[in-house]
Amino acid sequence: MSPPGRSKGEYRSAQREGDSFSPQREGVHPTTSTDVAIVGAGPAGLAAATRCREFGLDVTLFDEQPTPGGQIYRGITRSPLQDPAVLGQDYWDGAPLVRAFAASGAGYVNDATVWSVVAADGGVTLGVAAGAPAARTAHMVDARAVILCTGAIERPFPIPGWTLPGVMTVGGAQILLKTAGVVPQGRTVLAGCGPLLWLLAWQYLRAGVAIEAILETTPRGRMAQALWHAPDFARSPYFAKGRELVRTVRRNVRLVEYVSAVAIGGEVAARNVRYSVDEREHTLAADCVLLHQGVVPDVNLAQATGCSLAWNDLQACFAPAIDSWGSTDVAGMYIAGDGGGIAGALAAAPRGRLAALAVANALGRISHATRDPIARHDRAELATALRGRAFLDTLYRPTDAFRLPSGTTIVCRCEEVDAQTVIALARQGCAGPNQMKAYVRCGMGPCQGRFCGLTVNALIAREQQRDPAEVGYYRLRFPVKPVTLTEIAAAPTTAEAVKSVVRL
Amino acid sequence: MTTRHVDVAVIGGGLVGAAIAFGLRAPGKRLAVLDEGDVAWRASRGNFGLIWVQGKGQGLPAYGTWTQRSARAWPALAEALRKNTGVDVALQQRGGLHVCLSAEELDARAAKMSALLAQPGFERYAIEVLDRAGVVARLPGVGPNVVGGTWSELDGDCNPLRLLRALHAAIAAAGGEIITGAAIDVIEPRAHGFVLRSARGIVECETLVLAAGLGNARVAPMVGLVAPVVPNKGHIIVTERVAPFLSMPLETIRQTDEGTVMIGDSQQARGFDDTLELPVLAVLADRAAQVFPQLRGVRVNRTWAALRVMSPDGFPIYAQSTRHPGAFLATCHSGVTLAAAHAYHLAPAIAAGTLPPEFLPFAAERFDVRAAA
Amino acid sequence: MFARLPDPADLRDVVDVVVDGAPVAARAGDTVAAALLAAGVAHCRTTPVGGAPRAPFCMMGVCFDCLVTIDGIGSQQACLVAIAPGMRIDRQRGARAIDGTAGPG
Repeated sequence: MSPPGRSKGEYRSAQREGDSFSPQREGVHPTTSTDVAIVGAGPAGLAAATRCREFGLDVTLFDEQPTPGGQIYRGITRSPLQDPAVLGQDYWDGAPLVRAFAASGAGYVNDATVWSVVAADGGVTLGVAAGAPAARTAHMVDARAVILCTGAIERPFPIPGWTLPGVMTVGGAQILLKTAGVVPQGRTVLAGCGPLLWLLAWQYLRAGVAIEAILETTPRGRMAQALWHAPDFARSPYFAKGRELVRTVRRNVRLVEYVSAVAIGGEVAARNVRYSVDEREHTLAADCVLLHQGVVPDVNLAQATGCSLAWNDLQACFAPAIDSWGSTDVAGMYIAGDGGGIAGALAAAPRGRLAALAVANALGRISHATRDPIARHDRAELATALRGRAFLDTLYRPTDAFRLPSGTTIVCRCEEVDAQTVIALARQGCAGPNQMKAYVRCGMGPCQGRFCGLTVNALIAREQQRDPAEVGYYRLRFPVKPVTLTEIAAAPTTAEAVKSVVRL
Repeated sequence: MTTRHVDVAVIGGGLVGAAIAFGLRAPGKRLAVLDEGDVAWRASRGNFGLIWVQGKGQGLPAYGTWTQRSARAWPALAEALRKNTGVDVALQQRGGLHVCLSAEELDARAAKMSALLAQPGFERYAIEVLDRAGVVARLPGVGPNVVGGTWSELDGDCNPLRLLRALHAAIAAAGGEIITGAAIDVIEPRAHGFVLRSARGIVECETLVLAAGLGNARVAPMVGLVAPVVPNKGHIIVTERVAPFLSMPLETIRQTDEGTVMIGDSQQARGFDDTLELPVLAVLADRAAQVFPQLRGVRVNRTWAALRVMSPDGFPIYAQSTRHPGAFLATCHSGVTLAAAHAYHLAPAIAAGTLPPEFLPFAAERFDVRAAA
Repeated sequence: MFARLPDPADLRDVVDVVVDGAPVAARAGDTVAAALLAAGVAHCRTTPVGGAPRAPFCMMGVCFDCLVTIDGIGSQQACLVAIAPGMRIDRQRGARAIDGTAGPG
């Protein structure tokens, strides 16, 4: 029984009757120029686009997904889970952001991969590949300013067996739940730390999914350290909800705390999980293992455009160097949301709005006098959202055991480079992640270092006793997501470029 | 401050410095290679991997000879590296093609090759000019816009990153030290040797080899040499791994032993700037898709722009300082092709203490440049 | 192992696709990755380097472990493509093949 109007092989980005999302301007590609280009339709991008529209700027939002919401509000316009009780009210809090965006008159291009962003001549040019696989279009978009809202990705979790079928990130499992109503069957184990782990466990309970155990990897004594920041956390919007959520999960799910090591066993798929607590090893049979130890900014696009990266030691990750408005050291380029540094879902929208203010001011739409009072409201909202950040970051900073793999544990999933290879070369004095990449290919695969860069940095830092900030990160280039040769060939050429290649 | 005493110090741990250091290994000889940090110009990371003979030496027949000598010595280098380190650099020397996408290109190419081979003193080899049928016979899947090309059986390729890794491993295995983060601040010539100062300490050596690529321009005058080299930007596109479909290298497209497809090449004088230029990538991608239409939908995982080390005439510079005879200079932009010659012909000359007359055509004097006072 | 939540309120149409030549019933709005997982497909590709089996890992387009061939076009990220009726999905074994041949082979 096929939906009417769809031909075989035609992929529709899913806008159909019953979908709650109807933007006023959709699919305006091939857009070739706009005032403000925004990359990413999560809360930061949606809020930034909406705010820019309030100042009369022409705005186009590009997003990789078929529908808006980013990851935190993934599938919010068409989740098959009609019962809001399963996903929790916080999820549905994203709906007003989407509605406001839809009503704002901003342009929206879905199924769009922004693979390059080049600042030049007082403006910015984006390389965009959009549409379904069989009908891709590639075009360039000129903008006066761009706001990157590419968000966060799961922190690597390099343990033995983490590449096996049956192993998935907690975020990935949550996306499956939200967008398809698909859940694990069989024996399911959650491992790691961080709020998302508890949230998914709670959502699974509400959905009736059985969980064998949660292997919580926060070490002994860490809570005492984190408690220094507890008063601030107690005033945060997360505190009350978080406490209730954790209590519910603790009452209903077997919790193993202070887990100091985790290894997943199995030949072609996950079969069991071995874990250690207080130097005693235990084994659990498992068919599905879900991993999470926080999220980190997706820095690839920012870095490839030329933005500097800064090391955040508390969060143990790199983030683009930005100011309090989201401005970067590249003209015309702004960053908002978790892509500019992990601050959580509730901080994303005010950060997007602040970046929009900065852009509107930079493009001459509003004066400082207009900008600043509005900004005060956004900053107040942001400050509230940031309460508790230090507590969470301190509590949930992964231990070395979970950031520094050894032996045959895979470091680079794409190129299948293991830890002992990286460690041996680090010991021989490899100069840094880029030389490591040249030696053994880690970071050369399609994920472009997203799942190995931090691990390689950490291993070199430890072996050579260097500061992670000084060890540095991979040098990233366009395309920041793999696109086809045809899509690159579609970028505009110049006579000079032709001459540089065709040298008769 | 650490002080190291070695017999030979090589400034530059890229393909040129590493190949020379490899050739200089000897029992009892203390060797140090000083290399820069992780984020440096690093021409050796931007290498395509060709071991290429055809077309080289227009204007300097000695370069044609030097290149052919290197190609002939390459199997020995590959075998020595494999034996020494276990690393297989995937050497392949079964011929290579230069492909043309228009009659104008083909005519220009054929004329160029004729002129090359006709030079007095040029060591000749066969370059076959192919029409479309000739190319199709060797590459059945080429696109309709391919009109012909030139073929030489002397051409080949290898895995350049693995080559560098193997050279470094072999140097270390012989007791040589590769010191990273050691960009040279100053070289102080002494009566019988040199003192090198860097952030990583002091190195005292008797023999010194400058193989610092673009950095040679700065350090060469410190020992009475000149290295008039400037950057030349080249772009490369690298695809995802695909099942084997191309077993011989084209001058601008090759499939690596890992299955990825590398696409080049461009040349621009942009100074010290390795910013990616999308129009150049677009031209490279478009031409590659014309040569092999089946590559159109293949994913590009990465691209880069790197700086070749270019002398005024594009040919290597090999020199020995007259004021300080223990100091030698080596620079070129074909570090892969010439790796064998550097290891087996240049290094022994350096070890013997004098560059023989065969190296005179490569001296910097050919540019009419005076050595720094 | 994954399965769909039993939900009588789920009004989504059944959409038939083909996986490795065999019919699979998915739901309108599924991504290819969700459809594969819900149908019990354990791994969606084997890696080019070591031939190791991989399945979708991040579900958000950054891990590239969910690469499959869709209607003859290789290296598609299953988690980013919505299914359509009659879609042919093939698991990718090792490095993707490209059409046609070139060279002595």
